[in-house]
Amino acid sequence: MEDLLDSWGPTAAVFLPVVGAALMLVVPKAQEQLHKTIALVSSLAVFGVLIAIAGYFDYAQGGTLQYVVDQSWIEAINVRYILGIDGISLPLLLLTGLIVPLCVIYSWNHLPEPRNAKAFLILVLILETGMVGTFVAQDLILFFVFFEIVLLPMYFMIGVWGGEQRQYAAIKFFLFTLFGSALMIVSFLALYFLASEPTFDIRALPELTGDISRTAQLLVFGGMFMGFGIKVPMFPFHTWLPDAHTQAPTVGSVILAAVLLKLGTYGFVRVAIPILPEAAIEWAPWIGLLAVIGIIYGALGCLAQTDMKRLIAFSSVAHMGYTMLGISTLTSFGLNAAVMGMVAHGLITGMLFFVAGSVKERYHTLEISRLGGLLLSAPRMGWILGFCSMASLGLPGLAGFWGEFPAILASYQPADGLSVELFRTYMVIAAIGTVFAAGYLLWLLQRTAFGTVKEEWKGHPIRDVEWPEWIAWTPLLVLIVAIGVYPNLVFGITDSGVGNALAPLAQLAGG
Amino acid sequence: MVDFVTPNIDYHAFAPEIILLSTLVVLLLVDVFSERSQALLPTIAGLGLLAATVPVLTLAVDGADRTMFGGAYAVDGFSLAMKALFLVSGYVVVLLSTNYVAEGDYYEGEYYFLLLSSLLGMTVMASARDLVTIFVALELLSIPAYMLAAWRKRDAKSNEAGLKYYLMGVFASAIMLYGMSLIFGVTGTTILAEIGAAIQGSLATEPIVSLGIVFVIVGFAFKVSAVPFHTWAPDTYEGAPTPVTAFLSVASKAAGFVAILQLVVVAFYGATDAYQPMFFGLAALTMTVGNLIALRQTNVVRLFAYSSVAQAGYMIAPLAVAGESLGSRDQAISAIVVYLVVYAAMNLGAFAIIITVARKTRSAELDSYGGLFQYAPGLTVLMTVFLFALAGIPPLGGWFAKFVIFRALVTPGTGAGYVLAVLVGVNSVIALFYYARIAQSMWMQPVPDGDTTPVRVPQALAAALAITAIVTLVLGVAPGLVGDLGDMADFVALP
Repeated sequence: MEDLLDSWGPTAAVFLPVVGAALMLVVPKAQEQLHKTIALVSSLAVFGVLIAIAGYFDYAQGGTLQYVVDQSWIEAINVRYILGIDGISLPLLLLTGLIVPLCVIYSWNHLPEPRNAKAFLILVLILETGMVGTFVAQDLILFFVFFEIVLLPMYFMIGVWGGEQRQYAAIKFFLFTLFGSALMIVSFLALYFLASEPTFDIRALPELTGDISRTAQLLVFGGMFMGFGIKVPMFPFHTWLPDAHTQAPTVGSVILAAVLLKLGTYGFVRVAIPILPEAAIEWAPWIGLLAVIGIIYGALGCLAQTDMKRLIAFSSVAHMGYTMLGISTLTSFGLNAAVMGMVAHGLITGMLFFVAGSVKERYHTLEISRLGGLLLSAPRMGWILGFCSMASLGLPGLAGFWGEFPAILASYQPADGLSVELFRTYMVIAAIGTVFAAGYLLWLLQRTAFGTVKEEWKGHPIRDVEWPEWIAWTPLLVLIVAIGVYPNLVFGITDSGVGNALAPLAQLAGG
Repeated sequence: MVDFVTPNIDYHAFAPEIILLSTLVVLLLVDVFSERSQALLPTIAGLGLLAATVPVLTLAVDGADRTMFGGAYAVDGFSLAMKALFLVSGYVVVLLSTNYVAEGDYYEGEYYFLLLSSLLGMTVMASARDLVTIFVALELLSIPAYMLAAWRKRDAKSNEAGLKYYLMGVFASAIMLYGMSLIFGVTGTTILAEIGAAIQGSLATEPIVSLGIVFVIVGFAFKVSAVPFHTWAPDTYEGAPTPVTAFLSVASKAAGFVAILQLVVVAFYGATDAYQPMFFGLAALTMTVGNLIALRQTNVVRLFAYSSVAQAGYMIAPLAVAGESLGSRDQAISAIVVYLVVYAAMNLGAFAIIITVARKTRSAELDSYGGLFQYAPGLTVLMTVFLFALAGIPPLGGWFAKFVIFRALVTPGTGAGYVLAVLVGVNSVIALFYYARIAQSMWMQPVPDGDTTPVRVPQALAAALAITAIVTLVLGVAPGLVGDLGDMADFVALP
């Protein structure tokens, strides 16, 4: 069993969704139940494989890659099929593995118009392949391919099943991301030729980039920064995000918030920083600057929103700012906080989008001024919204706290070579950002959940949480509490992995 | 005075051309003597093309390079790879034409006769290593194409297409011939390898040589519709019968690239200062102008005309750095061969869909694609695959083609290479916008006339779709296959 998992585990996790999707292709469109079942079974199978991988994972060796597969793929250009899992990717893999089946369950009776369960669920499964693949790929080109695979399904999901402005939002999302990845692939190629030995192997590259000139390093890092930074998204590239989130169907928003944004931050931790540590130190103050601008700008943006979903989208910009701030400190503390921030944001914001989707389904609007009194009309949903808002604003004891607080703390003492004064200033600004966060979330809660039921909804009974919603939401709610109470669930996995990502940097400082 | 020596003819090396020629004769005879066997014509043409690929395969397995007629005619890795590409895409074009020609009240026998004549010219082109042979091959492949473009003879647009194509083509031929005569005048030979040897030396900087090179390249820039010599393409593509448009945008363009590659790599290679800046300008202009104009098209065939102009720009780009070193030359050859193969599959596939959909909607306007997903989900998914493959989104075939172009541009490490690489990147984003517009129309917009009867896909078109879709998808996941083909495509007697 362990041997089988060792050699086939990651591959199975990546391609099981494709198998499911291929199966669904041959099933006629009318058989909706069968489609839902196939999608659920294949996404659960992926989750099962990932759980087994986590079960046999050697946590003491979290810094070294495990379950490594290394096969030749495109020999002509020296591209290999290398997969591997370490302490940084494992939490994100588990998050992906969990979110997708929950989304399928939520879709059971929440299929957005124009329905078509077959096409919708096939897209969800292809998305899963792309996401899982990105987190396990250890070859730059393989990484790039998986990174790109997620674009198409998300484009169609927003464009076909989205809201009023869906076509605009879909193409905006696509063009922004593609622009970043075009520069990213040029950077990867430049890296291939500049490294002292031509290879795309992410494991080997940190050792081979020492001789690259400083200017070239900075430019190559800049190309990757565009690719990853747009995906995160960092200020000022964030403008695609509010549109995409607002227009996407609920499941699309959830996947986008919970996993897709993490592809960008993960790219920094996995690729950019370990491979080009020198350039990372040069870029870090600027990344930190954009991160804190994102925190404040996102928060102010939230205060100005009149649409609940758009507000949550802007809060994502702010939260990803904390994650990027943690990354920009280039310390093990900061990177741990960043990975924690990714997981926590995935759980909490994913949950918030689920709730927003259910509110929309019942009220047919997300205009904050038309909502109100949710606690009276649908008390359970109201409480869940309150709980998630608390988690999102960083209440200690819930997961969100462990994403924000250590990131702020980490900027008190950034890595050697970074200006302490500058990062302490960032720290103060970021801390002020948490106050804003409390402000907009509590205000949101006050206007939607509290108060009395608005005149127009009198006599319209609002359905409270139903069973597919309970099934889809309970695991997330439980995890938010569990990680909040016992953050070592994540830190325990990431700590040694983060050390590995920073090893090239430490070497640089030592030598 | 040299005595005439009977040339030594290698029949194995000539077998593909001989089979094509025999098929041509059979086609004519069947058409003339048997009124009732019109339905057999596409089958005969298709079988002839497939039969011609057999000797190409045996020659490839044999692996030995063969040259004839004092070096004027060569059968090497490159020529075999390109012949295979011509024959297979010719076969797909026959599949695309079968129903179109039979149902449209056109002359059938002559259509296939001309199509195969043009393909014969292309296979000869792939082996031509002599200025005169190149010119003969060019005319053999062009003249039938002029007539095919005007095949819908009762339609004014088709007449315009044929005439415009003919006039521009003849004009380009004249410029090219003039350039060839200059080169012959200076070097005293028409054999490419001998010209190459002459140009390696002091002749490389001779102004008259540069002028000759520029003229010859301009002639072929018309053929591959590079900006600013692209003006014939949109009108010709729109007016010509759609299968002929597919043929022009894939096979005919590929033939132009084959000629350019042979001339640059074998004959002009030493004169880097003459061709590198020229290709840089052509590539930058072609991809940018093609893409920008494509953004504003409302007719899908016209949109594809401009998209194919832009695609030609990507393929020209590696030539701008080919002269840096022998390594970058080989990468440029390999990149262009890979791109041509992948592009043929993607583009023919897209045209197969356009032809299939037009059978129902009788239109190629972008609006007529509205809501296609509702009544033809299979065709929509396939068209989406082809569109995003053309845009270069992994894991569909096109990404690897773009990738090798990037690689060829970045390898020499020159400023020009990096600038072009970034330009290709930016242009890919622009291109995505109009490819996505078609997808948007199919997936996200309502059916314009409310008619949602399913689209019937005839057998021949289904076969064409299957071939192109499988190639596009397989090459995306296992690009090593076409990568090896690119590496195999070497030239005889080159260092």
